Amino acid sequence: MNIIMKDKIIGIVAKIMIDNIDTDQIIPTEFLKSIKKFGFGEFLFDGWRYQRDGDLDTPVKERGLQKDFILNQQPFDKAKILLVGDNFGCGSSREHAVWALRDFGIEAVISTSFGDIFYNNCFKNSVLAIKLQSKDITKIESFIKHDPHQIIVSLVDKTIMAGKESITFNVEDSLINRIIHNQDDIDITMKDAQRIKDFEANHLAVKPWL
Amino acid sequence: MNKTLYDKLWDMHAINPDDDAETLLYIDRHFLHEVTSPQAFEGIEKKGLAPWRLDANVATPDHNVSTQRGKNLDIHNSEHSLSKIQLIELDKNCKKFGVTQHDINSDKQGIVHVIGPELGLTLPGMTIVCGDSHTSTHGAFACLSMGIGTSEVEHVLATQTLRVRKLANMRISIVGAPKFWITPKDVILYIISKIGTAGGTGHAIEFAGDYIESLSMEGRMTICNMSIEAGAKVGLVAYDSVTESYIKERGNSQKLESSDAFDYWSQLHSDPHATFDKEIEIDISDLLPQVSWGTSPEMTIAFNGDIPKSSNSKKALSYMGLENEKNLLNIEFDKVFIGSCTNSRIEDLRAAAAAIKGRKKAASIKEVLIVPGSRSVQKQAEQEGLDIIFKEAGFSWRDPGCSMCLGMNEDKLAPYERCASTSNRNFEGRQGYLGRTHLVSPFVAGLVAIHGHLPSDLNEYNYER
Repeated sequence: MNIIMKDKIIGIVAKIMIDNIDTDQIIPTEFLKSIKKFGFGEFLFDGWRYQRDGDLDTPVKERGLQKDFILNQQPFDKAKILLVGDNFGCGSSREHAVWALRDFGIEAVISTSFGDIFYNNCFKNSVLAIKLQSKDITKIESFIKHDPHQIIVSLVDKTIMAGKESITFNVEDSLINRIIHNQDDIDITMKDAQRIKDFEANHLAVKPWL
Repeated sequence: MNKTLYDKLWDMHAINPDDDAETLLYIDRHFLHEVTSPQAFEGIEKKGLAPWRLDANVATPDHNVSTQRGKNLDIHNSEHSLSKIQLIELDKNCKKFGVTQHDINSDKQGIVHVIGPELGLTLPGMTIVCGDSHTSTHGAFACLSMGIGTSEVEHVLATQTLRVRKLANMRISIVGAPKFWITPKDVILYIISKIGTAGGTGHAIEFAGDYIESLSMEGRMTICNMSIEAGAKVGLVAYDSVTESYIKERGNSQKLESSDAFDYWSQLHSDPHATFDKEIEIDISDLLPQVSWGTSPEMTIAFNGDIPKSSNSKKALSYMGLENEKNLLNIEFDKVFIGSCTNSRIEDLRAAAAAIKGRKKAASIKEVLIVPGSRSVQKQAEQEGLDIIFKEAGFSWRDPGCSMCLGMNEDKLAPYERCASTSNRNFEGRQGYLGRTHLVSPFVAGLVAIHGHLPSDLNEYNYER
């Protein structure tokens, strides 16, 4: 029996409507020197967020905030959801980009489209990536126009609500279930270990050069 | 039934073809490097697991290595402490789990996408993955190869599989005879400028047509390498006699000849009536050398073309310091970088050497970095005397690694410095904080190195390469 670990996300939406935001912008290469899986939140959008460049050793406090960047403004510094332009997360495969979003507190990202590798990486880290058509992106923009700039995302119903308004979204069950039930990919795959072994034995026998 | 090359590779590796949602895809080869693997090794260790099939895995440090290290570097005594940790960690993990590593002092070390093919580790028909988006490079060998995240690196280590959904099929046919100066880099930059940086998202792109058939394996690798810059994590070229010759020169020929490998590989092409979800034809007869002007690879024009000015280009133009420029012909460059998994192979270095033809670095250029893709490329170039040509021109001849492609090591642009780069990404800050990158071919990079700017007339460079 699969237990529901997370059924909704309620939070403030920060809007960054720039197209083709690549993963180098989400987390610059310098911070990939960390060998940890956590601690990237303060470097999210680092090049846009601070007045000076930095590294893992320099306290961000010393670098001065870019006050006009949305994640530096209240209440968006507490945003749990990002609304972004087309093709978000294109470029480098660095999963650090998703770790930075997650560590900042982002639980969902909404766009018309995502980089393929980034999209996969999101669901491995319980970050919900929602693809919507442009007309629905416009609706979300109107939902969040006024205080408290908040929406409710129901993972189970696949709906986005604000006041009396709501829209639905599509995402594959196999992906969203990872988040709802906090499932681990390796645990899921290991149930098929024998099947993998059988396939492998035949595959390697037929292709001895592998 | 008529299948595309991608369909065939998929079917050969799908463990559970009848499941609708996700396919378990068997992985033949897994490359690892120091930046995206530490968390994955830690993950399998925590779960008490070991690599599923040890000999599928090969590691090498490349992203974060110094390119001025000489031959015998003691990683425990190297200066840059943070970078050192990743090298030590890769070393430790490879030893602990028994993974083959071509380490920092090995004569087989190099950029992972350069050494795979040259060491015969990349073979046609394989599924190949690596925690690096430019894994698409290996598709030049009719491999289903793609970049993955660190969680997937861990999954592949633990299970020898990936849980994936099938991509759609796209074919780009490249026709027409290119002009003298045109290299595969110009062709792929042009394609990206035409279809956009999301043009191939959700697709595997097969590159086809007379031009692709005429290319060497190195040229095909450059094209497939940058399919990710068009949004496609998988790039492909069909197996043919060019592939066969390359493998025979490098792979373990005896072992391959005694098996029916070559016969098996001869089916690695799309069937004549296979259908693609998207088909595009690109004519390169009139193509001129390409240069990127903005902060996305799709922001690319002919070297003498007008810079597009619109509300969409404003942010990029401001970052690039080009708001008041009509074209790119008069802008002065500060640095030149020749290297990266896109353009660091021997043919690329030969093209750069041919462009400079014994001339010296322009006085206005602060530095020209030549970073060969691997120890093997470095050695070959030195045998051909290319290093002498570069050194006499006043360029810096370096040790192999990713270097200024991503600016992770000390090879970086200073703020506002402008670079002609043979790498693959011109994103904001990619080569250093506030640095300005123009993507070009090795030939054009060589010309910028000696002139300090782009040439206005290419006709004087019509010499044989």
